[in-house]
Amino acid sequence: MLQRFVNTSNAMSPSVPLQEMIRAIRSARTQCEERGVIQRECAAIRAQFRQADNGGRSHNLAKLLYVHMLGYPAHFGQMECVRMIASPRYSEKRVGYLGAMMLLDEKQDASLLITNSIKNDLSHSNQYVQSLALCTLACMGSAEMCRDLAPEIDRLLRASNSYIKKKAALCAVHIVRKVHDLGELFAPAARSLLAEKNHGVLHGAVVLITELCERSPETLERFRKTVPDLVQIMKGLVISGYSPEHDVAGISDPFLQVRILRLLRILGRNNEAASDAMNDLLAQVATNTDSTKTVGNAVLYETVLTVLDIKSESGLRVLAVNILGRFLLNNDRNIRYIAMTSLQRIVGTDHNAVQRHRGTIVDCLKDQDASVKRRALELSLALVSATNIRSMMKELLLFLSSCPLELRAQAASGIFNAAERYAPSQRWHIDTILHVLTTAGGDVRDETVPNLIQLITNTSELHCYTVHKLYRALLSDISQQSLVQVACWCIGEYGDLLLRGECQETEPVQVTEDDVLDALETVLQSHMSAPATRGFALTATMKLSTRITDNVDRIRSIVSIYGSCIDVELQQRAVEYNALFKKYDHMRAAVLERMPVIEKNSPGHTNGESTREAVKEVQPAKVKQAETLLPQQPTSQVCDLLDLLGGSEEPLQPNPAVGSTVPVLPISTSSTAGGDLLDLLGGLEPTPLTSAPTVTVYEKGGVTLTLSSEKQSDSGLTVTLTACNSTDSDISSFTLQAAVPKSVQLHMKAPSGDSLPARGAAKVTQMVALSNPNKVNLKMRIRISYTSQGSAFQDTVQVDSFPEH
Amino acid sequence: MMRFLLLFSRQGKLRLQKWFTPIPEREKKKIIREMTTMVLARQPRSCNFLHWKDLKIIYKRYASLYFCLAIENHENELLALEVIHRYVELLDKYFGNVCELDIIFNFEKAYFILDEFLLGGEIQETSKQIVNRCIESSDMLQETMEEYMSKPAF
Repeated sequence: MLQRFVNTSNAMSPSVPLQEMIRAIRSARTQCEERGVIQRECAAIRAQFRQADNGGRSHNLAKLLYVHMLGYPAHFGQMECVRMIASPRYSEKRVGYLGAMMLLDEKQDASLLITNSIKNDLSHSNQYVQSLALCTLACMGSAEMCRDLAPEIDRLLRASNSYIKKKAALCAVHIVRKVHDLGELFAPAARSLLAEKNHGVLHGAVVLITELCERSPETLERFRKTVPDLVQIMKGLVISGYSPEHDVAGISDPFLQVRILRLLRILGRNNEAASDAMNDLLAQVATNTDSTKTVGNAVLYETVLTVLDIKSESGLRVLAVNILGRFLLNNDRNIRYIAMTSLQRIVGTDHNAVQRHRGTIVDCLKDQDASVKRRALELSLALVSATNIRSMMKELLLFLSSCPLELRAQAASGIFNAAERYAPSQRWHIDTILHVLTTAGGDVRDETVPNLIQLITNTSELHCYTVHKLYRALLSDISQQSLVQVACWCIGEYGDLLLRGECQETEPVQVTEDDVLDALETVLQSHMSAPATRGFALTATMKLSTRITDNVDRIRSIVSIYGSCIDVELQQRAVEYNALFKKYDHMRAAVLERMPVIEKNSPGHTNGESTREAVKEVQPAKVKQAETLLPQQPTSQVCDLLDLLGGSEEPLQPNPAVGSTVPVLPISTSSTAGGDLLDLLGGLEPTPLTSAPTVTVYEKGGVTLTLSSEKQSDSGLTVTLTACNSTDSDISSFTLQAAVPKSVQLHMKAPSGDSLPARGAAKVTQMVALSNPNKVNLKMRIRISYTSQGSAFQDTVQVDSFPEH
Repeated sequence: MMRFLLLFSRQGKLRLQKWFTPIPEREKKKIIREMTTMVLARQPRSCNFLHWKDLKIIYKRYASLYFCLAIENHENELLALEVIHRYVELLDKYFGNVCELDIIFNFEKAYFILDEFLLGGEIQETSKQIVNRCIESSDMLQETMEEYMSKPAF
């Protein structure tokens, strides 16, 4: 049936007007029916295209464009567009150009064919034809077309009516975006356009000048002279009376105002003179603009952005931040949202000003809207400080329990960072982390587990409290893997404290050995436990064999069962533990004794590599050590490997801890070896000759600051600060300032540089000579300032202890 | 600059698409699908701003149509809302109480109006009256077929 229809339509079928076709398509009840209608129409259109001019060409092309918008292929109309554009009839040109903009882009060959038509139409006697050409050029002009037609556009910029000038200006913008060098061509014309009265032309001129200034610093310098003119124009808009043609809710041409403010921002940035020249105007706009409607707020928003970006005087800055504060209280969610994005940008530089609005920001955590919540979270985390940590954490934990899934990981890691930096007490710190693990344990990062374990180990007075809390948490829920892992580890380590029953900080509870073993076995057998978690549970069970008295046989049987477990890791552990029971029973107590305090600067901790592996390694490696009794061996084996590869200048520096028999060794050597191997492969700086231990004192926003110190004399100490940038953008103007207690003398040597290239490509080091004759408790406060991606950042960190050489 | 403007119905049917940078056809379809999914999933009284890749998406619903405008990161979101509103006002003036059907059946007029208001991803004319006057004049230039049959083009 379709075939028959096509045959008849090849004959003199009249072109169905556009609207009838649309009606026909819309009345199709199924997708299949619609396809049928469209196929018929397209066939008819194709036939019409092939015929001679019959006066209905524009209708046919319009129909094709409609079909194209529905998503059907329409490339066979491209040549028709080219033909229509060349037609002398305005109606056909109009649809032809529209078709060109919809069906052609610079990648199609057919687009080249319209260059000539555009060129001709640019000098057409009728301005509406010129307009079509200009519009199409600005929409889809390729680089070649732009180069070809640039002189014509420049001509139109200077000598034509306002209608054409405003379009030519935006055409010029498009040309400059496509062919950067042509910016020079348009600069003079752009300058003179600022004298025009017509708003459309003025707007186009401002956009063009903005584009030119953004692309070329020299052009920007030249256009700085226009600041007084721009200020004048802006003043005219702000204080002028009601202008019906451009008024929007009482604001005179807000579109133009915003563009001028943006240009002023670019011209005033980093330039005192220009910033001074616009100061009064900005103050005027900030105070006089009516903020009851969105349009007024749009202008205020742009003003605030400009004030904060140029070298404005402090009074004006305060005014700007206060406007943002007012925005935060606005009923309109959009306004609150942009207030927070702006505050986020300045929280580094104007921290105290933003702190004043902390209450409102924290309230926004409870907003219904996900975008607002996200902004509020980022800003709240940036505002946490030592003074407000307790109250902020309450809010943040509350937020975590009800926050949307996509924000949980960010919230959890933000909370951990804040807790680590500002924890008022160890117990508070542990409680906070436990709270996060119970609420959002599934969304925390992997490093949390070893970090928390290390924190717990180091808080010896709270071992009893911690293990009790963790045990209770484990009983109620074994689905949160991070929590279960930490709980298992603690039970294994401090199970004796748990069994003792009494604890200062929590209510006593009677826990029998069977209870504990039951809990661990539940974890081992549960389908919810990840393989790593089961590893933790098995090891914990094993450790308990030296901490309990009655049920050692039960442990023995558990361990032997897992000797044939299908999971290879568990099997290996079980076999080794079995060996420990059988062949090496005399060593069992020593091997499984209490863990010592883990050094904060052990490589396994700061490298950020999967430290879970490092913790896992502890147990099997300890067993291996019992067997080989030669902790030095792994080191020298790796040394040989390095020699083989022949790249290392420095021999592997033995970690000073290696010599001792502290069981923690195996982690250090394997990780140090890995670290040096990475150095070798990555071509980073060789490890320094002095084996002075380094401490990471600051790690935020991708910037890491490490500190190492070397005793020079009885009272003298040389501190070396090394900074590294792991973000994807370069950092400039990096400076460090240091302050020490009164009796300590400080002398900062010149830093090695002030720029930190992205991804740790190079570091900055600075030496500080300290003299502490009164032997006071040495502390140092360091202020870090830098610029990244155009914004200034500042932060302070306090170093309370120095690693002694 | 603005990167693209999409108009679609509550069922996700596209009514207008304007692209201000060259994008392959397949990519356009993908973007349209993503935009409609993202915007239609939003709660009624949410913020009108979204983040998508390196762009800001400003959307607003007028009756049965969603207007979705993508702007670059350094642009003013609140002004983008005003841009959308201005376009709706222009359509309203031209069609007289514009509704979705007007835009469906006269889509080429919707494009012509848009092309008098925005150009190359920037605002072209800030005065409503001037845009309206230009559209009217252009329309008068455009003859019907019958008129053409009887007299020459220009």
